[in-house]
Parts: sequence; structure tokens; C-alpha cells
Amino acid sequence: MRLIVRIAPKKSILDPQGEAISNSLKSLGFDQINSVRQGKIIEIDLNESDENRGMEIGKEMCNTLLVNKVIEDFSVTIE
Amino acid sequence: MRSGVVVFPGSNCDRDLETAISSQSFDTCQMLWHKETTLPNNLDILFIPGGFSFGDYLRCGAIAASSPIMKSILKFAQNGGYIVGICNGFQILTEAGLLEGTLLRNSKLNFICKQQSVVVTNNGSIITKNFSNGEILHLPIAHHDGNYFADDDTLNKIEGNGQVLFRYADNPNGSKNNIAGIMSENHRVIGLMPHPERAVNEVLGSSDGSKIFKSLFENI
Repeated sequence: MRLIVRIAPKKSILDPQGEAISNSLKSLGFDQINSVRQGKIIEIDLNESDENRGMEIGKEMCNTLLVNKVIEDFSVTIE
Repeated sequence: MRSGVVVFPGSNCDRDLETAISSQSFDTCQMLWHKETTLPNNLDILFIPGGFSFGDYLRCGAIAASSPIMKSILKFAQNGGYIVGICNGFQILTEAGLLEGTLLRNSKLNFICKQQSVVVTNNGSIITKNFSNGEILHLPIAHHDGNYFADDDTLNKIEGNGQVLFRYADNPNGSKNNIAGIMSENHRVIGLMPHPERAVNEVLGSSDGSKIFKSLFENI
């Protein structure tokens, strides 16, 4: 199965990269923008057929390495 | 006095650190490759150097913080060993959970490499004992991710405990409370963004760094 891990800066954290992207997009004429946040997506090809177990492993990976919970939120989905 | 410097792929201040340490009266300074699973016996102090361990992939310090040597470093910390992390070393110590908070991208997104005035905030640690509170040191900084962040509860706690050791005289990177260096609650684990090992001779622009190493070695 394929795990998709989405990681984003917490709402309470200033995201200067997202802000720079937002400013750049606005300068290109995308006036509709309220705000931009930049995160990352990690795709993991997992040798596991049980979805519950897959989710468990994904969350464990987030907790041990993929996510810094001081500053980031995450979600795991199966594709 | 026995010291060690941990070396990761991408560390680039390890040799400078070794030179700075050797200029003090340390008996041995061992370079320790990150794949080691044990530390030398009777180590007095362990240094985690600056650089870009593992290319700063994922997050600065995150991959180094899960490398094989870290298990024995955590054990060393649990047993009350002294650990000093500089720049990337500071980032690694926060990622490993040995120091509170984290280091975010600099607020203006630029890599900053310059001489910086740093104020000693608490001279109650081995690294600051030779200074007076309020004393200003001139040390180089060289980082892209030095913007110290912790949530309000954590900030209140470390401020209340006197865990903040160094503050920037003028905040270059957006760090909360101008924080440039902190220590753990038990005073044993220390992290700072400025590079004392790059300021050990006036030829390099400042020798304030050598006072920092002197303080470490005289007060362990």
C-alpha cells in the first residue's frame, strides 16, 4: 500500500516561506489569496496489506522521525 | 579531562572544534563517527558540531538525531554527562529531545553569516561561569535555521528556570526572546547557535570563543 503523509506548520507558527509564496503569487495578480502555508508530502510505499496496521505504522513513523510535533501537524492517508 | 566530538556526514565544524578543544588542557579529544554504538569510557564532555548533517534533509538535525550513536548519547545524558551542541549540534539536540524548543527557518528566510554580539544571560552553567551576567561576547553566527521557537508554556518554563544562557544583542533571525543558547533543566546539556570554535584567535576576528572553552574546561 501507499501511505501519504502530509506535514504542515502548526497554525500558531509563523510560516515565512508560505508568506513569501503568498506575496509572490499576489504580485503575479492572484488577488484572491487569503493566505498560503507551505508544508511537505512524503509518499511511502509500504509492504503491508492490512490498512489498520498500515495506518499504525505510518503514525509511528511520524512520531519517531517524520514530524517535529513542536512545530508541525500531520495526517496520514492510504492510497 | 576526556572529550569527544561526534561526526556526522555533512558535519563541517568538527575539526575547528577539535582544534579549539585541543588548545585547552583537555587530555584527549576523540572524534566519534555517527555509526558507533558505544561511547568511550569515562568521557567528561561530548560535543556535537555544526555543519549540515545529512544535508539538512527532512529537518535540520532530524536524521542525525536518529543515527546509531544517539542511543548511547541519550544514555550518556541520562547519566548526567555534559553535552554541548553548537549550531547544527543545537538543532540535533532539540530534535533528539535533549533540549526544549526547536530552530525554525530564519524569519527573513536568508542565510546569515556574520559576527554577532551575544549577551551572557545566566552565568550559572559551566559554559558561562567565567563571565558576568550582561557581559557581551563577539561570536560568529552562520545559519539558515537559527530562529529559536518554543510554545509559550515552554518559554515561560525555561525563562523561569534560568535555562537561557545567551541572547542576541540585536535579534538577527527572529528567535523568541532573542534566545541564542539554552541549557537543559539539569544544566548538563547545552545548545547554542553562535560558533565559539570559530572565534579562538584575534586573527579570526575574535577570541571570545576561547574564553567559552576555557570556562567549560575549568568548571566541569
